[in-house]
Amino acid sequence: MAHSTVGVIFSNIHDENIPELSRHRTMASVPFGGRYRLIDFALSNMVNSSITTVGIVTKNNYQSLIDHLGSGKEWDLARKDGGIILLPPYSDETDKPYTTRLEALMSITGFLTHRKEDYVVISDCDGISHMNFGEIVRFHEEKGADITMVYHEETEPCESNYFIALDPDAKTGRVKGIKISPRDLVPGKKYALYVNVMVMSREFLVNTIQDAVTRGFSSFGRDILAKNVDTLKIYGYGFQGYYAGVNSMQNYYTHSMELLRRDVRDELFGGRDIYTKVRDSAPSKYLEGAVVRDSLISDGCVIEGTVENCILFRGVKVGKGSVIKNSIIMQDSVIGENVSLDCVVTDKNVVIRDRRTLSGCAELPYFISKGRML
Amino acid sequence: MLRKKECVAMLLAGGQGSRLYALTNNIAKPAVAFGAKYRIIDFPLSNCINSGIDTVGVLTQYEPLELNEYIGNGQPWDLDRAFGGVHILSPYQAKKKQSWFEGTANAVFQNMHFMKKYDPDYVLILSGDHIYKMDYAAMLRAHKATGADCTIAAIEVPMKEASRFGILNTNEDGSIYQFEEKPKQPKSNLASMGIYIFTAKKLFKYLEMDDADPASSKDFGKDVLPAMLRAGEKMYSYRFRGYWKDVGTISSLWESNMDLLGKDPAFDVGDSGWKIHSRNPLAPPEYIGEAAKVENSMIALGCEIEGTVQNSVLASNVVVEAGATVRDAVIMAGTVVKAGATVEYSIVDENVVIDCGATVGDPKSAGAGIAVLGRNITIAQGAKVKGGTVLDKDYKGE
Repeated sequence: MAHSTVGVIFSNIHDENIPELSRHRTMASVPFGGRYRLIDFALSNMVNSSITTVGIVTKNNYQSLIDHLGSGKEWDLARKDGGIILLPPYSDETDKPYTTRLEALMSITGFLTHRKEDYVVISDCDGISHMNFGEIVRFHEEKGADITMVYHEETEPCESNYFIALDPDAKTGRVKGIKISPRDLVPGKKYALYVNVMVMSREFLVNTIQDAVTRGFSSFGRDILAKNVDTLKIYGYGFQGYYAGVNSMQNYYTHSMELLRRDVRDELFGGRDIYTKVRDSAPSKYLEGAVVRDSLISDGCVIEGTVENCILFRGVKVGKGSVIKNSIIMQDSVIGENVSLDCVVTDKNVVIRDRRTLSGCAELPYFISKGRML
Repeated sequence: MLRKKECVAMLLAGGQGSRLYALTNNIAKPAVAFGAKYRIIDFPLSNCINSGIDTVGVLTQYEPLELNEYIGNGQPWDLDRAFGGVHILSPYQAKKKQSWFEGTANAVFQNMHFMKKYDPDYVLILSGDHIYKMDYAAMLRAHKATGADCTIAAIEVPMKEASRFGILNTNEDGSIYQFEEKPKQPKSNLASMGIYIFTAKKLFKYLEMDDADPASSKDFGKDVLPAMLRAGEKMYSYRFRGYWKDVGTISSLWESNMDLLGKDPAFDVGDSGWKIHSRNPLAPPEYIGEAAKVENSMIALGCEIEGTVQNSVLASNVVVEAGATVRDAVIMAGTVVKAGATVEYSIVDENVVIDCGATVGDPKSAGAGIAVLGRNITIAQGAKVKGGTVLDKDYKGE
């Protein structure tokens, strides 16, 4: 079944949610979990669901994404037929690059038309989860749905300005109502929040896009989903597992720290692989006097100080006498000697000189941007 | 245009590694795990690509399956090439004869057609059982500068160990006047590293002569090099001054792993100027738990450490449960040390289970030697494996 499914990943769609981390990169290439980028989760879910053709829709700042994906071989997606297909934005005198999801889909109609697969799984890359797309496609087929939208029940509406709440029928899963960014949510009540993963038949998607072009629609959520909730067979697939939507600096921090929980790690990494670019770093070294507790440490680190409740990305150095707590230190950052950090998030290649003290709080982690030297 | 390669490397990887006992029951020595994420063969292969040599024949014979699978198409070393790249060369059946590789020289001789395909000017002979970082390009420059027919890489070893090696007796300019294989009374401490660069034409000539000689044991060190020297060919030594270790024994393999530890290690695999490439484990970052204590150690991805780890090298996906202690040990991928178990001064191969409260090895200070556990075995709850013991797949528990 899944072999006849093509994947589409939107790499830019939520960039504005974490401007700190996506200023110089796509949302897809935001580092996460010590050695991954956000896109690794959506992409690995596709590969693990036997999807071997994935179109990646880009818009801007996608150099870091191209660098990360390379030929796609790390995901086993360097293929003669299919594999990773980058879909850069298209523009000319009359057409400007897309601004909405629907316009983005319009710009990739050529790609969709020329594929041969029956189904399309469309995913954003703001979600961290272990999702079996094969199962969702089966659900879609069984229901005879036009559109299947994956949701996760959550009490807290996410902080994002734009989100979609579904009202699926408890028995059939048929979506009876779609609300876009409703403002009247009751605190503590569970809502079926759409997680930006959708399944359609390729034919239905292509026809829908072409129809939208002729009618001059611009919003997929408003003009296609919300408006047609009665006429289209839209089904909600309730995802039961761990799902972390990353849409603000604060919940980037919270969800990162959740990886220190065994149950979360077991669900995300247990029994299958999350693929990512390899760097051939040496294994991490813990020196004499190092104290490391409750932390995730990636390869290439050299630790001489104290690290507690932290996530260290590849190639991080922590000097003697330094105490790093509750922090996320990204790739190749260097923490000098006798430094004290608490609730700090550093981007890549940050240097913190000897004897500096910095702290934020869990609600507002102190962020240090890429390449800065303090 | 005729396509050619200036230098082709032939990597001798057929050794059984019998002195590694349980570690080489089912795999060739070059495939033995080293340094938490590497295998021994990663070092010569990385040296090749870092030296600009992109054509490597790997000569296998003993238990080649895992080694072949590991090398695959050579992509992790950037050795997947349209012309050149890494090739596994196994013994084969031919029209006139069929035979296993009889000695190091015979193995290379039987693959003459592989080398000739690239029309090389030089051939580099390597062995797959040493840990070192070396720029073969610099050695090749020296070979050209001296106009030698054969250049042998050499390193100074302690005089008392010299009789374990092939010893080069050289003149001041580095030219070799005598070659002694494992001499009882060595005249010098300049040992051959088993790394040779030959001018290709000379190599082909002497390999053919060696093949035709029924008295020859078909070995580079014992036959080919002495024959060239006798015939007056120009042979030079090339002095290597870095870290070099033959990891052919349990103790040298253990020591070489320990040489990776510390702030200024004897051997640095983290040197970004000379990367050691390998097939990487697919695993999340290692998790170091609340009560864990990890000191002076190297830990690979995917490990889950809740206990104490000191002076040890742990490969990917090793689990050390709460209350367990691992000290002075080398632990290979996927092994589980359960709650309250102790591992001291040991080498533990892949996917071993050391059950709750079991003890493997004695403290290093006790002087009992290194305990070795082969793959996939289980040490029962509360069992005790004495220091210096070697257990392999036939071990069924006490």
